[in-house]
Amino acid sequence: MLLIPCPHCGDRPEIEFRNCGEAGIVRPTAADDAAWTAFLYLRSNPRGLHAERWRHVHGCGRFFTLHRHTVSDRFESAP
Amino acid sequence: MSRLPTGGRIDRSRPLQFSFDGRQLEGFAGDTLASALLANGVTVVGRGTKYHRPRGILTAGPEEPNALVEIDRGGGRREPNTRATMQPLFDGLVARSQNRFPSLRFDAAALAGLAAPLLPAGFYYKTFLSPRGWHHLWEPVLRRLAGLGRAPDAPDPDRYANRYAHCDVLVVGAGPAGLAAALAAAETGERVILCDEQAEPGGWLLSDPQESIDGQPAWTWLDDAVATLRAHPRVRVLTSTTAFHYGLQNFLALAEILPEGSRLRERLWQIRAKRVVLATGAIERKLLFHGNDRPGAMFASAARTWLNRYAVLPGRRAVLAASHDSGWQSVFQLQDAGAEIAAIVDWRAAPPPPLLEEAARRGIEVLAGHGVTALPDGMLAMPRAADGTLIRNRTRTLFCDLVLMAGGWTPTVHLFSQSRGRLRWDDAADAFLPGEPAQNVVCIGACRGTDDLAACIAEGQAAGAGTSLPPRVQRAGGLAVRAAVTGADGRSFVDPQNDVTADDIRLAVREGFRSIEHVKRYTTTGMATDQGKIANMVGLAVVADTLERAIPEVGITTFRGPYTPVSFGTLAGRHRGVLFEPIRTPPLHDWAAAQGAVFEPVGLWQRARYFPRPGEDMQAAVARECRAVRGAAGIFDASTLGKIEVVGPDATTFLERIYVNALANLAPGRCRYALLLREDGCIADDGIIGRLAADRFHVTTTTGGAASVLHMMEDYLQTEWPDLRVWLTSTTEHWGVIAVQGPRSGEVIAPLVEGIDLAALPPMGVACCTVAGIGARLFSVGFTGERGFEINVPAGHAPAVWQAVLQAGAPHGITPYGTEAMHVLRAERGYIIVGQETDGTVTPDDVGLGRLIGKKKADFIGKRSLDRPDMRTTGRRQLVGLLPIDATVPEEGAQLVIAPGSATPLGHITSAYASPTLGRPIALGLLQSGRVRIGTSVFALGSTGTAAPVKVVSPMFTQPAGEGENG
Ligand SMILES: [Zn+2]
Repeated sequence: MLLIPCPHCGDRPEIEFRNCGEAGIVRPTAADDAAWTAFLYLRSNPRGLHAERWRHVHGCGRFFTLHRHTVSDRFESAP
Repeated sequence: MSRLPTGGRIDRSRPLQFSFDGRQLEGFAGDTLASALLANGVTVVGRGTKYHRPRGILTAGPEEPNALVEIDRGGGRREPNTRATMQPLFDGLVARSQNRFPSLRFDAAALAGLAAPLLPAGFYYKTFLSPRGWHHLWEPVLRRLAGLGRAPDAPDPDRYANRYAHCDVLVVGAGPAGLAAALAAAETGERVILCDEQAEPGGWLLSDPQESIDGQPAWTWLDDAVATLRAHPRVRVLTSTTAFHYGLQNFLALAEILPEGSRLRERLWQIRAKRVVLATGAIERKLLFHGNDRPGAMFASAARTWLNRYAVLPGRRAVLAASHDSGWQSVFQLQDAGAEIAAIVDWRAAPPPPLLEEAARRGIEVLAGHGVTALPDGMLAMPRAADGTLIRNRTRTLFCDLVLMAGGWTPTVHLFSQSRGRLRWDDAADAFLPGEPAQNVVCIGACRGTDDLAACIAEGQAAGAGTSLPPRVQRAGGLAVRAAVTGADGRSFVDPQNDVTADDIRLAVREGFRSIEHVKRYTTTGMATDQGKIANMVGLAVVADTLERAIPEVGITTFRGPYTPVSFGTLAGRHRGVLFEPIRTPPLHDWAAAQGAVFEPVGLWQRARYFPRPGEDMQAAVARECRAVRGAAGIFDASTLGKIEVVGPDATTFLERIYVNALANLAPGRCRYALLLREDGCIADDGIIGRLAADRFHVTTTTGGAASVLHMMEDYLQTEWPDLRVWLTSTTEHWGVIAVQGPRSGEVIAPLVEGIDLAALPPMGVACCTVAGIGARLFSVGFTGERGFEINVPAGHAPAVWQAVLQAGAPHGITPYGTEAMHVLRAERGYIIVGQETDGTVTPDDVGLGRLIGKKKADFIGKRSLDRPDMRTTGRRQLVGLLPIDATVPEEGAQLVIAPGSATPLGHITSAYASPTLGRPIALGLLQSGRVRIGTSVFALGSTGTAAPVKVVSPMFTQPAGEGENG
């Protein structure tokens, strides 16, 4: 079980959190079908550092972004 | 009896009675079942799974592959596959051997020699790839042959628990290195947890009292160290506790087995450690020769454990089969204890001179450069040729009842590997050693390849203090494992539990398997309950030897947890029965239970499904409840509905962006049925939005959607529109909701309502008032198509208000109804249930609710997706009503086809009920171009293959008697 660093509460066990997918996906205000489809469905799924959103759902309730290495599962600071 | 008159760490003042296969035997406190069996001269404890050859106790530790027994504590406490070497003896222990047919002494399969030629490498794969039917022939035979114990057939009555713990240093393994590490860490002021899988700390020291540490006898040092640690306020010592899993961020899982008679049987520890010290030791290697699986063949190290720790002489006349120095000391000690040594047979042509000199001094014959093969009552020693084969014309017969194997050592790197640390091959150690760590962990002692006692202590002190380790020290040596298997007899057993021989592995390589992972799976080497602790290195050596490659070129199989088998009880802990998962009960649950309601789980909620009267089945009860609602009034506990209070100056803007509906024109005191989409345009949830004030809304969600809708709202509020001044609060558990539905519902509640003019409350209205004297939010809504109300009161008051409504409604014939009637009533009116009529692919228009969409709104979640071509295309599946032509209720989930023989599904039935109002079965379904097909017929394919004609109609089977939109 991971310890996840909530920027508001500090290190807390994984079961208090909910992963909310890749971070930095901008919701377009105007988009053609291709751009909208990319927003809906296309994600990077990298082998390496991955910016992802988490919510401390059973804690402070806040959403935040963390960078996790998908091989080591280590949280690292933004590249 | 093989018990020596003195010595060992057993308590001779506490004799213990036990039984094995019905034989009454005696041992002592401090024995394991294995040591007690050996003390009683029991040498055959099981049989191999494939050839059914008799097997004895091979090891003295957790790696034991043969001595797996069933322990029966009575009353459902029957545990198969217990390693006798790890089971502490207790008074009254009942053990039975496994995998024998019909008995341990007489085994039909082995006697006939029947299994041997029939089950070559890859047998299972080859057999089950064969034409159909072949395995029907084999299955009964295989089941009997391959069975490993019997699963218990009664619920386990014992208690299991779990604990979380944190520490600065977790030391795994309480041998000399681990003890020294724990002592040193405790001295620095750190919080220490020391665990060991054995019942007693000490590790190899327990088997080697002749050693000395700091000028003291080993056991004196050991007793002092353990006493110091046990008395230390910052140290926790856990014995009989196996660290079996090493996760990320130094999170380890340990299984503790409590002493017999404890209130708890086992406990799961989940420990987060700042740093971890692995002192997990090493496991001895077997040698490959014909007969190496026989009872009486055991590891040399195990013999030393039986002798020194348990005062058991495991045989009268021993042969040492060695390719490594370490076994020699064991035969010297056995000789000192009174055993005869037939010979030392060493694979090496030139064993170290000091060992030769000691053997000569003791008068022990040494056959260097020799190997052995089995005879009925002993061993045949022969010289090894250059290619490793035995030279058969120069034999030497060695009568013996004990063959000790000393093939070198494999460091126990399982946990280090699980921690994602890299392993590196070391030629000098002839083993994979811990390399670059991935976490804050250090390996010391034998698991690092150090075999010198003083060096183990020094490494422990350094690791405990957190300083850098001294260099690895290795004193003993041997023939490389790859060279030792060269030319080995094909009948030699590599994996004694899964009955894999050297020839099985060679065959697999000849058949083209190169990867060690493939060879392992094809031959099942290392896939027995010991998970390769016995077989993996030797098997790897055979593969490397056959391929004529170096071991590190062939690779190593992945180490996965658990390190040793862990019981389901330990993993489940208290999460069984009613504690398996939380149960949520609405405020009227107790009342419903007292009425004899039948409940159904809805998520974690228990909801009353129907209220049968004497003699009623479900259909009769539901029909009566439905008729009451349509004819007079019904009362229903709707408290499980999700509720969210949406407050703030921008609340309207926020909800307009979240829901599809136009809400700006919703006046305070009114409410509206609303749909929530995902960004992909498909329906996510629905509910009622009630406006209480300009800046305050009472929003309901489906029972199952309560948490996810709030999460979604929070997501958009926090990350998309953080500028909006809105606050969200879950009020699901705050409000108890009493639905009163039916043409007489207004008359029922009128006497109870104060503070408003009830007659002036329009349909789809909401008002704050009191009901039965309790402050309430009264909604004039329903989910039945009848005039109705939902009374929201603080949950604690709900039972009292419910009683008041029941009393007031009694003259009107008010009837409690459950979720089943609710489902039928809404289906008669064509109302959807999200998750039943929708499945994540359904748009508002698909279910005929396109009119709810606020056409003038600039944006809402999912709006853009509704403009995608696929969402606007013709031929989408649409909600329709379905009337079966015959009188049976069709199956929910039945596929809809155009003709009985058609293989092209046009949709499926989403809901189906017997409708009391219409007196006939009705169904809702999603049907391709469904609205165009109204008036035609299609066929519903049942799961039994029947095709029943159904007529396509509007989903509104009945016209609303009351008013209001869907709600
Ligand atoms: Zn937090």
